[in-house]
Amino acid sequence: MSSETEIDTSRRGALKCLAFGGAGTLFMLSGGVLAPLDLAIAASKKHATRVSGIPLFLQISDTHIGFNKEANPDVAGTLKQTIDLINAMPVKPALAIHTGDITHLSKPQEFDAAAQLMSGLNISELHTVPGEHDVTDGLGTEYFSRFGKASANKGYYTFDHNGVHFVALVNVMNFKPNGLGAFGDAQLAWLEQDLKGRSASTPIVVFAHMPMWTIYEPWGWGTGDADQATSYLKRFGSVTVLNGHIHQIVQKVEGNITFHTARSTAYPQPTAGVGPGPGPLKVASDQLPKMLGITSIKVLAHPLSASLTDTTLG
Amino acid sequence: MSFNPTPFKDSHMLMKTSGRNLIDALAAAMLFAAAPISVIGIADAHEANSVVMKNFDFSPMSLTVKAGTSVTWQNMDGEPHTVTSVDGLFRSGALDQNDKYTFKFVKSGTYKYLCSIHPRMMAAIIVK
Repeated sequence: MSSETEIDTSRRGALKCLAFGGAGTLFMLSGGVLAPLDLAIAASKKHATRVSGIPLFLQISDTHIGFNKEANPDVAGTLKQTIDLINAMPVKPALAIHTGDITHLSKPQEFDAAAQLMSGLNISELHTVPGEHDVTDGLGTEYFSRFGKASANKGYYTFDHNGVHFVALVNVMNFKPNGLGAFGDAQLAWLEQDLKGRSASTPIVVFAHMPMWTIYEPWGWGTGDADQATSYLKRFGSVTVLNGHIHQIVQKVEGNITFHTARSTAYPQPTAGVGPGPGPLKVASDQLPKMLGITSIKVLAHPLSASLTDTTLG
Repeated sequence: MSFNPTPFKDSHMLMKTSGRNLIDALAAAMLFAAAPISVIGIADAHEANSVVMKNFDFSPMSLTVKAGTSVTWQNMDGEPHTVTSVDGLFRSGALDQNDKYTFKFVKSGTYKYLCSIHPRMMAAIIVK
């Protein structure tokens, strides 16, 4: 409606999308500003009118198929639940992205199980980037044999969808001694080249597994050479950076760039620095759906503004 | 931080092990090795070629072995880890809890490695 008109005329506000993080964070993005939305609310007809326009894409992250420890013995079940929630949405996008850690141990049978589950998603296009759990067997192996075609086995690639330029990056293959993720020089040069000729009014969505800003260095929650990537993105009017890896929502806005990490569909992780390391966080079973479920979710009316509020699925 | 206690404990443990090995070696050189001492010697030798991954650290973080030694890693954490050499010489793939990986070091040198899932976990094998 009026928001649609706004989308067509205002290039600054040209990016309008719904994205889905983990088992239930659904958020709207506009002009680099992000507003989360309760997936349960979106799925219910009563509130559907609060979401105008067609969602551009969804984000799923950290499905960790193959994980079977006590933090969630049934990760296939929670992914299935997630897919059911998406399929129940009255308005679905044509596109979904998976921001990595599809599997837990990079095993062929885990990839098979994940593919089978994801095929239940009523969304026609799925784009992926690897997480470090997907590539423990190295470059050019299991993950790449399945998803590497689009990128000549490099893992990073771009595509365009509804006027939005999507950039898929890999920051889990070039670890440096500082323990953070890294893109590496070849990928950064490729990114610079890709963005160089583009109009600053092109809405950009960048997705990669590890956070593209340093959230907590002692746990490697960041990307060592992300600043260089960010420097190529700064001049664009609307940039949305979507990551996973930390199994919880953390968000930052810097100029026109919104950084956001999605929840996992598998298990939560502790808040930065709590406990010995970034492992699965075991919570009471009645708490788990709340940790995976619909968090930080509120529909904000136009104009959209960033606001995170915690609500739960369970 | 939370990473400090483990290395301290491990270096202490490593020193103790080396001390015992030295005593064993001396004993073996000077005397007939009595059966019980031999048993301890074998147990220690086994430990000396092992690295565990525990609480998001390798321990010991630095292990010195002779050329030709097979080193075995075991992951004690509920979270998977890998043993991935920095120069690409060896790569365990994901090790789930209690999984083991063994690599034989043929040539002398310093072999740095990390966990490719948690790259802050860095350690080295020194082969003499």
